[in-house]
Amino acid sequence: MNERHAISILVDNQAGVLSRVVGLFSGRGFNIESLSVAPTLDPTKSKMVITTTGNEQVLEQIKKQLNKLINVIKVVDFVDKDYVEREMILVKVKAKEQTRAEVLRISDIFRARVVDVSPVSYTLALTGDQGKLRAFIELLTPMGIIDFVRTGTIVMEREMQSRKRSDQ
Amino acid sequence: MKKITGAQAFIEALRCEGVKHVFGYPGGAVLDIFDVIMDAHDIMFVLTRHEQGAVHAADGYARASGKVGVALVTSGPGATNTVTGIATAFMDSIPVVVFSGQVSTSLIGNDAFQEADTVGITRPCTKHNYLVKDVEDLPRIIKEAFYIASTGRPGPVLVDIPKDVMRGLVQFRYPEKVHLEGYCPTYRGHRGQIKRILSTILKSRHPVIYAGGGVILSNASAELTRLARLLNIPVTTTLMGLGGFPADDPLWLGMLGMHGTYAANMAVTETDCLIAIGARFDDRVTGKVDEFAPRARIIHIDIDPTSISKNVQVHLPVVGDCGNVMRDMLEELSGMEREIEDLKRTVRPWIERLEEWKRDKPLRYDKGTGIKPQYVIEKIRELAPEDAIISTEVGQNQMWTAQYYKFNAPRLFLTSGGLGTMGYGFPAAIGAQVAFPGRTVIDIAGDGSIQMNIQELATAVQYRLPVKVMIINNGYLGMVRQWQSLFYKGRYSHTSMAVSPDFVKLAEAYGAHGIRVEDPGDVEDAVRKALSMEGCVFVDFKVEPEEDVYPMVPAGAPINNMLLV
Repeated sequence: MNERHAISILVDNQAGVLSRVVGLFSGRGFNIESLSVAPTLDPTKSKMVITTTGNEQVLEQIKKQLNKLINVIKVVDFVDKDYVEREMILVKVKAKEQTRAEVLRISDIFRARVVDVSPVSYTLALTGDQGKLRAFIELLTPMGIIDFVRTGTIVMEREMQSRKRSDQ
Repeated sequence: MKKITGAQAFIEALRCEGVKHVFGYPGGAVLDIFDVIMDAHDIMFVLTRHEQGAVHAADGYARASGKVGVALVTSGPGATNTVTGIATAFMDSIPVVVFSGQVSTSLIGNDAFQEADTVGITRPCTKHNYLVKDVEDLPRIIKEAFYIASTGRPGPVLVDIPKDVMRGLVQFRYPEKVHLEGYCPTYRGHRGQIKRILSTILKSRHPVIYAGGGVILSNASAELTRLARLLNIPVTTTLMGLGGFPADDPLWLGMLGMHGTYAANMAVTETDCLIAIGARFDDRVTGKVDEFAPRARIIHIDIDPTSISKNVQVHLPVVGDCGNVMRDMLEELSGMEREIEDLKRTVRPWIERLEEWKRDKPLRYDKGTGIKPQYVIEKIRELAPEDAIISTEVGQNQMWTAQYYKFNAPRLFLTSGGLGTMGYGFPAAIGAQVAFPGRTVIDIAGDGSIQMNIQELATAVQYRLPVKVMIINNGYLGMVRQWQSLFYKGRYSHTSMAVSPDFVKLAEAYGAHGIRVEDPGDVEDAVRKALSMEGCVFVDFKVEPEEDVYPMVPAGAPINNMLLV
């Protein structure tokens, strides 16, 4: 069964580490759906979050291979865990006279922020999980999307775990 | 403390690692290191004639001696020429450290002369690699490189050193310890799991041990032999595991897999308890994976967690160094005399069945009129000293050696198993001869393979390395021809070596000796003569051209589906 996995990887913050990690995926023909990388509070380390979809056996192998990389310190697959996830989008929407108010109304409903305004457009910033972002984009599409950019997913384990698979 | 250059620090670091031999080839980007190495009389530098030869030599040196092999090459083409050697060592988990020169850091990425992205190119075929950007980091990186190459599941490490780093000044301090947060191999097996595997073994009726190169890498053949004899469990090994268990032991079944013995492949198919030790269920071993050891509980002891359940689902894994795990098993067994006696009684009918298989379907070949390659190898085995080191090239020469040269001890057989690199054997033999100048070192070659690194003849002659090269000359790329004969309707597309050099004259042209053998009656004398001659000798055995390697399991078939002679 192919399930979506969010995998967080703690690595040494060094040149070349990202390509070592990514190489393990591409070498097996696996697509990385999203990726985010940034230094942790300890600037010598970075945390990557990779989301991917694939069969359990191949992902198990990839996780083991990730652990085998010298620069990888810790690998956590969130598939069995309760976690919060966030992405952020910036979206530049057409704002003609007849749609300006509607764009702002949708933006309000989703608690997006207006980060840039021009006579013909709004640029909106929104964070949320995948479902929320999808709904937002769907509603804005008829208004005319001029430009769109999205970050990778970041995830964090919930302190209170309710559906650990090992408990079942 | 006085500052020294990066190049001097490099040599100091090699001294700290106890390096006595370096194989390599100079060039513009490594001139600074070569300038220092000229005065380092405690380190023997061996100039090979191609960088691939240098890495294979370092690899052969490592396999034969157990020490880390070291190669030193220049940037660009020097580094790209090492890739096959590095990939060979990577597939077979051989500890090698390759140092490559690089253009100055200010030029990296500018398509400078002899520039290549060496770290990028070698990333997927090294255990780890480094680009040194600051001379201050050089000693630490060299320390880490040797540590990573030789610990856990060993493997090649490459260190790319830009020219300005070699010239930079550093206060040399060699770190005593490495600090690698993301690297801590598991050496000790889980004791509870070890107890569980023992109880599974003791309850089995048809157990068999399937051992691999891990047994040799962890120097655990004594433990394997003790364990098998104590429990009376028959043993088969992979190509890489040959010598890990003595071939003259009654429990020895021979190699398993595509060209394995009938007894070994049947044992693995019928077993109810397969004990895999330091092996990785390679496709040349398992054949059709779904039908590999179908009735067995599978136990897998390996230091590398990624090997577990990679190809074949394992029931009882133990992650740890196989020597440690077997020592723990022997310790656990010390109080279990009664259970051991029970097991020995239970397995008696199984052993008898295996004996029958061995007796009824042994390795055999028809005696023809010409020279049989198998006969040549049997004669070499008979006449070479017991501690002779044997390397092979890849193909039929390799499989016949694996089958007919009965290895009784580890580190005597050097062969490219995983990558299957033609041209490996000769430079590997040179490396082994450098490690053991007093011992007999023989490369069993094919007429195709030997031409892939034949330039190393000059190396053997220059350093007076008396490597004996036994060419099984059938005028074909024999193994590929065999596949064409069996699976491609006998259409021999480009496998005939219609033109080959006169190997006798060629050897002589380099200042080595050459012997040609065309009559079966002359084989013994020729081998004897070659072994007694001083210096490097090429023996050109004109063997029967279309002899095939049997048994053979067609690729993708279950391994009990063997074509016999």
